[in-house]
Amino acid sequence: MSQSCRLDSGGRIDRSKVLQFTFDGKSYTGFKGDTLASALLANGVKLLGRSFKYHRPRGLIAAGSEEPNALMQLENGAYTEPNTRATCIELYDGLVANSQNRWPSLGFDVGAINSSVARFLPAGFYYKTFMWPASMWMTYEKFIRKAAGLGVSPTEPDPDVYHSRYATCDVLVIGGGPAGLAAATAAAGSDARVMLIDEQSEFGGSTLGAAAVPEVASWVAASTAALAANNNVTLLPRTTVTGYFDYNYLTAVEKVTDHLGPGNGGTAPRQRFWKIRASRVVIAAGSIERPLVFADNDRPGIMLANAVSTYINRFGVLPDQNIVVFTNNDSAYRTAVDAARSGATVTMVDTRAEVSAELTRVLQQHKVKQFTGHAISSVQGTKGVKAVRIMPLSADGKSLQGQAWEINCGIVANSGGWTPSVHMFSQSGGKLQYDNSIEGFVPDPAKAKRINPGFSVGACNGSFATGDCIAEGAQAGRQAVEACGFVASDVAMPELTDALNDTGMGGIAALWLVPTVHPVGEGPAKHFHDFQNDVTAADIHLAAREGYLSVEHLKRYTTTGMATDQGKTSNLNALAIMAEIRGAQIPEVGTTTFRPPFTPLTFGAIGGQESKDLFLQERHTPMHQCHVQNNAVFEDVGDWKRPWYFPHSGEDMHAAVQRETLSVRTDVGMLDASTLGKIDIQGADAAEFLEMIYTNNWKKLAIGNCRYGLMLNEHGMIFDDGVTTRLGEHHYHMTTTSGGAARVLNWLEEWLQTEWPEKQVYCTSVTEQWAVVALNGPKARDLLATLSDIDLSKEAFPFMSMREGQVAGIPARVYRISFTGELAYEINVPARFGRQLWETLQEAGKPFNLCHYGTEAMHVLRAEKGFIIVGQDTDGTVTPADMDMDWIVSKTKPDFLGKRSFLRSDTARDDRQQLVGLLTTDPTVVLMEGAHIVQEIKDAPPMTTIGRVTSSYMSPNLERSFALGMLKNGLARKGETVQLSLMNGDAVEALVTDPVFIDKEGVRVRG
Amino acid sequence: MFIITCPYCGDRDQTEFTCHGEAHIARPLNTESLSDEEWGDYVFFRQNPKGMHRERWVHAHGCRRWFNALRNTVSDEIFATYKVGDARPPLPENPS
Repeated sequence: MSQSCRLDSGGRIDRSKVLQFTFDGKSYTGFKGDTLASALLANGVKLLGRSFKYHRPRGLIAAGSEEPNALMQLENGAYTEPNTRATCIELYDGLVANSQNRWPSLGFDVGAINSSVARFLPAGFYYKTFMWPASMWMTYEKFIRKAAGLGVSPTEPDPDVYHSRYATCDVLVIGGGPAGLAAATAAAGSDARVMLIDEQSEFGGSTLGAAAVPEVASWVAASTAALAANNNVTLLPRTTVTGYFDYNYLTAVEKVTDHLGPGNGGTAPRQRFWKIRASRVVIAAGSIERPLVFADNDRPGIMLANAVSTYINRFGVLPDQNIVVFTNNDSAYRTAVDAARSGATVTMVDTRAEVSAELTRVLQQHKVKQFTGHAISSVQGTKGVKAVRIMPLSADGKSLQGQAWEINCGIVANSGGWTPSVHMFSQSGGKLQYDNSIEGFVPDPAKAKRINPGFSVGACNGSFATGDCIAEGAQAGRQAVEACGFVASDVAMPELTDALNDTGMGGIAALWLVPTVHPVGEGPAKHFHDFQNDVTAADIHLAAREGYLSVEHLKRYTTTGMATDQGKTSNLNALAIMAEIRGAQIPEVGTTTFRPPFTPLTFGAIGGQESKDLFLQERHTPMHQCHVQNNAVFEDVGDWKRPWYFPHSGEDMHAAVQRETLSVRTDVGMLDASTLGKIDIQGADAAEFLEMIYTNNWKKLAIGNCRYGLMLNEHGMIFDDGVTTRLGEHHYHMTTTSGGAARVLNWLEEWLQTEWPEKQVYCTSVTEQWAVVALNGPKARDLLATLSDIDLSKEAFPFMSMREGQVAGIPARVYRISFTGELAYEINVPARFGRQLWETLQEAGKPFNLCHYGTEAMHVLRAEKGFIIVGQDTDGTVTPADMDMDWIVSKTKPDFLGKRSFLRSDTARDDRQQLVGLLTTDPTVVLMEGAHIVQEIKDAPPMTTIGRVTSSYMSPNLERSFALGMLKNGLARKGETVQLSLMNGDAVEALVTDPVFIDKEGVRVRG
Repeated sequence: MFIITCPYCGDRDQTEFTCHGEAHIARPLNTESLSDEEWGDYVFFRQNPKGMHRERWVHAHGCRRWFNALRNTVSDEIFATYKVGDARPPLPENPS
């Protein structure tokens, strides 16, 4: 069976280019210009998938991106992509597609049993059944996901490349149909920069699927060519506008090489993500035909009327020789004519009793039998339509009565009218209004969002006739460029005369739910309005009975309008059926707000090129290459890569950290401290400013001296800390935590600019201007003396002071400050000398057993001294008093940031959690950071938490484990024993101690 | 994604800015003499209106200057931006 449904001629396909592809393992051929959907249909393949919930056999509904059923697992391995719509996949040679949601095969699916037990799977079934007991949800969910699944995600890394780019334009036109082409053409007649975007491979929109009207076709071709030749115009075919955000910011995905097949894109990306800022937006998004809701209207072969026309006209595929057209409006008459012209036997079933004589005459001319005032009462065939029964419809449309006819057919082309694609307007914040004449929601221009100026034109505005679309588009294009300050020029637009192609939808008589001989929800048949989510009219009745009357409740209860098609074909039918049940008008039921994306998009496209190594920028210190050579293992601190530890051969992390930690206290170690935040502060009011920023006194700090400071927010909580040095009368060098540098600079700027703009203070980030080596350990002075001309004696250069001089021949500022409690010097040199300093020290340090140490050893060393790390030992709820750091809070300053909050009752209470040391009874047990200190150990949670471990290590210097933690009323509890409950259920006992474990008197640091 | 007119640089993309909440809240000068309620009002309480809002923005990835904006929190329309210390622009006649 090779392309048995392909017509001998016609369509926009290239019959000379035969393409091979497989579906469910079976080989087929198609032509260049086909979609996967049209190629399958050409081969007579109508059963394409199983439905989401009931596993009912499903086939194509549509020919465009609104397709709810024909979801494919495209390609294998790393290239596989689930839930792709067969209607949107351009056929390429070697394409591999598989159906979804069936087991073991598409023809025989075990899950189809769900259909027979449908009465036990009503709307809200999952909510009702599986919400209790809540603890079992995790168990149920796995099975539900498997049973009601769609496609399968790839498990291998994505081999494709994606790009993203920014663009600006004066006029962005969404949709390349007649209205959009006219708008772009009119706009391009000025000097404005115009972008025209369309999701299809060719411009022309609905005309591509309609029977050719020569004057329209030639105008489409000519205007597309003219736009392509215009340098002010960017044409983006195969591109979907996915989101419309504030201030006319829109995103779009361009499928650059998808149509070539996986791996065939060469150097071009697979997809490109556009982020576009437009002065004016012309929305010409067209409309989507909606199905009639009738008994078993989901059988494969029951399609939208325009889809049947498109397969005939655009792809040269006549899906069956016997076609029934079922409609409540004029537009489907075009399909009847298209099918009849292609040789099919066509029967027209129109629910309307009265139809224009002209339409009847056209049908007679094409030998189409016409039934007016009739409706389909039932469908025969499960895996494909075999016949339909039709019966006369009562005048009120609520029942069927009288003579039934059975008509053999393989295709039912049906139309319930056209729903304007208001997605973009709705996303832009505009509100909709209901237009009774077309039975659909259209944009209300009076309720457009002012910050998103633009126009809706053509079918998405409720104008369906091609001539109206062109006229509206051209006018909007002119208005758009004029609004941007350009002079619009008149562009000739075609005159359209063909009556059949110029009436648009014509008259429509709404029939939202086609009755059967049974009441809704009874009898064996199902009336689907939402195919993708398997929601039926009976489900809407159930929702109404159970009180879910509002559109938002209806949507969530029945899941109508959800999933990957977002209800493109179903939303209005659902609203209308609910309105009928409630006896309300459709606008009273309301409509849901459309949200991005318009169609599904890949994470790859969103990520663009910012993946893998480009995902996050890395900051490297000037000595980074030295660390790499020294075998450093790095850790991330903010964006910085900091050496974590430097393992020698055969060492694991623990061994390396223990060695480094011991070495610093016995000999000397060096740490790359360049990442420390550094802010240069100058100005006549700098000292006064620091008095407000820090808790302690700064005015009396002598030039050349350093002081530790705590910064609080206005809540009185610790927010950063660091050492600041007075370099001159009005000049300070502030250091911050490595991760807090930007935050602190923002904080200083905020106060200077918004509260004290009169103060003469200037802050400059100099973090990256200085390379810093921290030399720590008893031999630090002896080592530094071999390289420096600075007098390092403790009299000349005491603890907490700074001296300038030469180190290793480099001009340096040396700060005698210590984060380990050892004799220490932090050598600052201009960044460009960092590597030279590091390498010189490394060489000079050999006789002193100099070791490199990383951040982990630094953490152990500082914790041994009880030095906190802001953000590890504090969490934004900790005051200086909680840290037992009252010594750093001035009692004499009238004010500083956060001071007043100390008096707040909660801050002032004396049973807050406070910093303590913790020594486990078993010295080999290293507590887990975050472990809870509990009032009383019980067999199982809950237990009353009275504190937590914030830092915990094994110390080679203490020869045991130790920890810091926050404990309720901890300062008064030193010497007590507390219980900790670990995550694995173990209970551990620990002694509460002072947080300083080494050199409590501070002899070493001053030595 | 807003376009924000920095009073120093002109129209820029929102990604260059950060918002810092309600504007025109002066830090009290006599903090010691405030009642807990008065201090709490300054530290914790904000108007958070549905509608017109004067708020602080900083051109963080630009000139790094702080300024104020008059924004409708419902429509996100920004009616004015103005420098710290400048007179407050009047509310618009047609705010939405």
